[in-house]
Amino acid sequence: MADTTADPAPKGRIWDKLTIGQKRVVWAWVFLAIPIVFFVVIRFYPTFWAFWLSLTNWDLMRPARFIGLANYQRLLNDPAFWQVFRNTFAYLIIGTPISLLLSFVIAYYLDRVRFMHGFIRALYFVPFLTTAAAMAWVWRWFYQPVPIGVLNNILASIGLPAQPFLRSIEQGLPSIMVTAIWAGLGFQIIIFMAGLRAIPQTYYEAARIDGLGEWPILRKITLPLLKPTTVFLVVFSSIGFLRIFDQVYNMTTNDPGGPLNTTKPLVLMIYQTAFQSYAMGYAAAQTVVLFTILLIVSLLQLWVLRERK
Amino acid sequence: MTTVADPQAAEHRLNRAAIRPGRIITWTLLFIGGVIMVTPLLYMLSTSLKSAGQIYDLQLIPANPTLNNYIAVLSDGRFMRWFFNSTFIAVCSTLSAVFFDSMVGYTLAKFQFRGRFLVFIAILSTLMIPTEMLVIPWYLMSAQLGWINTYWGIMFPGMITAFGVFLMKQFFESVPDDFLEAARIDGLNEFQIWWKVAMPLVTPAISALAIFTFLGNWTAFFWPLIVTNSRELYTLPVGLSSFAVEQSIQWEMIMTGAALATIPTLIVFLVLQRYIVRGVMLAGLKG
Repeated sequence: MADTTADPAPKGRIWDKLTIGQKRVVWAWVFLAIPIVFFVVIRFYPTFWAFWLSLTNWDLMRPARFIGLANYQRLLNDPAFWQVFRNTFAYLIIGTPISLLLSFVIAYYLDRVRFMHGFIRALYFVPFLTTAAAMAWVWRWFYQPVPIGVLNNILASIGLPAQPFLRSIEQGLPSIMVTAIWAGLGFQIIIFMAGLRAIPQTYYEAARIDGLGEWPILRKITLPLLKPTTVFLVVFSSIGFLRIFDQVYNMTTNDPGGPLNTTKPLVLMIYQTAFQSYAMGYAAAQTVVLFTILLIVSLLQLWVLRERK
Repeated sequence: MTTVADPQAAEHRLNRAAIRPGRIITWTLLFIGGVIMVTPLLYMLSTSLKSAGQIYDLQLIPANPTLNNYIAVLSDGRFMRWFFNSTFIAVCSTLSAVFFDSMVGYTLAKFQFRGRFLVFIAILSTLMIPTEMLVIPWYLMSAQLGWINTYWGIMFPGMITAFGVFLMKQFFESVPDDFLEAARIDGLNEFQIWWKVAMPLVTPAISALAIFTFLGNWTAFFWPLIVTNSRELYTLPVGLSSFAVEQSIQWEMIMTGAALATIPTLIVFLVLQRYIVRGVMLAGLKG
């Protein structure tokens, strides 16, 4: 690869006439050529294609026909979509605060631990390094009913009634969410710790000279100065929960998104619409909805960050 | 640029922590929490070493540990194939992404030319487009071009990443121009300046990017699930998922599969943990 790009410009007369600045411009575009083609063909073109598809009724069988906003109308009138919409936001609204609170508390205290610091940090970080699809199966086993399931056996051993977990319409979604929170916690802890360490010590020293206690320091110094980190994590984690798929798919393979669609997130609906029903146009409309939601979340981040500057 | 971890500051903080009462309780709680975090992995490993009759005992240490499950799972060679597929795809994608992302990042950070800002914004804007929106066009594209069930079909979306371009641009901006100018006077061409002078100066960023890209490709599930339907071409996560469905309730076999899909790379990642943590911190602060 190095050899082909090492000397791209012709060494002819034109090249020799160029000024150093002009030569550098040529080099810049040589460096950018392949990536620009890549981004146009693999990112931009498919993006427009997806928007276009969402306005058609393409199902791989008949040629695509423009049907305007009919897919979106169908989506708005589809009770299954609203169920999925609620589920997707349930993952977000419950998952993000819990995982952020947990990871902040752990990071805050872990940051002060000296004894076996690296080891404890590793314990929390390990799940982040696992494959979601594989660990979903481990959690699924944990949630099984009594003779097999670990959690129900623990409940039984301390005299509590068995829980249906994944088999229940109330507990299914939270059970899957626990898996997702567990998998992402280590990453968030590390980011929080990085944020905590970036706060200059002088602030703390000044606060202690002023006689502030632990709690006021946390509220008046640590949390405000940690805001960029927190906002980043809120958005990162929100996007993660809005796009949840691997865990749900693997934990409910016998009835994807079940029971009764109560655990089905938007991405799973997209997958089924596109690659099981082959309703490509309808699925494309669903992806546009997902895109819109993610865009709003990202723009909120920008707005929140700008507000306090 | 913010310093990632000021050792003196950390030291200071630790000394302060040392004189706080109640730190033993804090430590114990953190330790218990950490143990809970790894419990699923321990149970997975332990169950993979049990025979079918023993999985109900729920002992963490198997009474009669056996490797029979591993022998059974590995005997037909599927897992080896998936392992190879995943490794090959992750390595190729990582090499490509590191090469191109840093090339583009460097160009956008160190060259003056009309359209630079436009190119940067255009690339950055693709971060707004979720993969899920692109998979349908990618799938149709792959179907037309015969990329379904090929390695290239699995890896083409990740050959260059906007995140990597952004990360590398941030880092190349902190490389002093004098270094590059000196190399230019020494008669190196622009490619050599980038490859031989600038790249070695951003090694931490490169390793962070390499680790992220590898991890991302290694654990990828959604796109490989869509673009492959032949067992030969499955990646490890997709293969494991199909394997687990097939095994239905033979949890010791599923746990063995999960362990095979998790443990080898987990060991590698744990060895590299220090770099991964540093990479996460670097990317988190710059990102």
